[in-house]
Amino acid sequence: MIKTDVVIVGAGPTGLFCAHQLGIIGLKCEIVDNLDKIGGQCIELYPDKPIYDIPAVPECTGEELTNNLIEQIRPFNFNFHLNDRVNKLSSENEEWIVKTTNGKEFHSPNVVIAGGVGSFEPRKFPTKSAEKFDGTSVLYSIKDKTIFKDKSVAIFGGGDSALDWAIELSNTSKVSLIHRRDEFRGAPASVQKIKELSEKNIINLFTKYSIKDVKGNRFLEEVEIKSEEGESKILKADYVLGFFGLIMQLGPIAEWGLNLDKKAIPVNTENFETNKKGIFAIGDICTYPGKLKLILSGFHEGALAARGCFKYARPNEKYRFEFTTASNTIKDRLGVK
Amino acid sequence: MAKIKYIEHNGKEHEIELLNGFSVMEGAIQNDIPGIDADCGGGMSCATCHVYVKEDWYDKLPKKEMGEDDMLDQAYQPKKNSRLSCQLIVSDQLDGLVVYMPEKQV
Repeated sequence: MIKTDVVIVGAGPTGLFCAHQLGIIGLKCEIVDNLDKIGGQCIELYPDKPIYDIPAVPECTGEELTNNLIEQIRPFNFNFHLNDRVNKLSSENEEWIVKTTNGKEFHSPNVVIAGGVGSFEPRKFPTKSAEKFDGTSVLYSIKDKTIFKDKSVAIFGGGDSALDWAIELSNTSKVSLIHRRDEFRGAPASVQKIKELSEKNIINLFTKYSIKDVKGNRFLEEVEIKSEEGESKILKADYVLGFFGLIMQLGPIAEWGLNLDKKAIPVNTENFETNKKGIFAIGDICTYPGKLKLILSGFHEGALAARGCFKYARPNEKYRFEFTTASNTIKDRLGVK
Repeated sequence: MAKIKYIEHNGKEHEIELLNGFSVMEGAIQNDIPGIDADCGGGMSCATCHVYVKEDWYDKLPKKEMGEDDMLDQAYQPKKNSRLSCQLIVSDQLDGLVVYMPEKQV
């Protein structure tokens, strides 16, 4: 169990700057993110795309912005819990208890949801029948490649993950690669390699096909694929792998009893608190009249939410507004003289 | 200016007039037409504004730019007539365009 002043959900720019503001006013926080790296959409969707509307920064990429924010909060030594996702929320003695998928438990008077448009999760097969085998023989990521040895594996997708795994697994497994069109978006060298392996009949390549059904009783046995024209083929398969990139989903937060307006959480613009006391929402995930989905708005929202958290984290102290240029207390917190 | 018709997966139709320069995605968002999520806001970085273009319209539209098909690979049930609506920019030539929303975006 980890006790803290604030749990921040989401390590995108908004969550990071909120953490900075918490550090400045002397509060502790723990930051949880479903991705394996810090930066949120800035890192996952557009690390190389230039951003032109960060105040006082004429141009920077998503990656540069993230690195600068990490640098900015370094003095506070906050903990990151990556590759983990907040799951259950409950309350006890005026405190929120947040449990994660990996079994961590946080106790805190405040939770700040800075979750963007939701957590990034693998896009799954549209076929209902695939759900039955989800996690056992229908997989969207590979943790242990040895399970595929001497098995038939059907891989769907046209990007680097699909191509790299098709090449890798073709050494020890019977691999079929299925893609909805005959162009691939993977690295040219991988595409070339796939074509070679296909010509040597090491890989069975099916382009302009997509999944129709998976079949099997206790174990997966076959996968049925169909062409645009409706022609279908049956492939033997012990495992079916899908690599269709990531989608963003609100996930378990939707079950927390918060008011929702479409996929966003309405907040009070004085402190960005939701309909639940001590639960705040900032950045793309919050909504209010006039809301702009800009990073700069997320920074503002994070600064106000941090002050909102102070009240519950230090009920017996009076919050004091100070400037970083003038306050010795803040300079101590930042470790500067 | 162009009249664009959006047809939800359940068959419900919405017809709006859009000024040139706006995207078909923006038309849906601004008019609260359900069925288009547009999570990334038009950056061609997600695939949640995916639509099927009415067959006879597909060849009349400006061709896909680099990257659009790559994102469509990641859409929910892409077909031959799939497009990202954020990449369909309204002009007079698009007057009468009909797009169908997929069953879901994610």
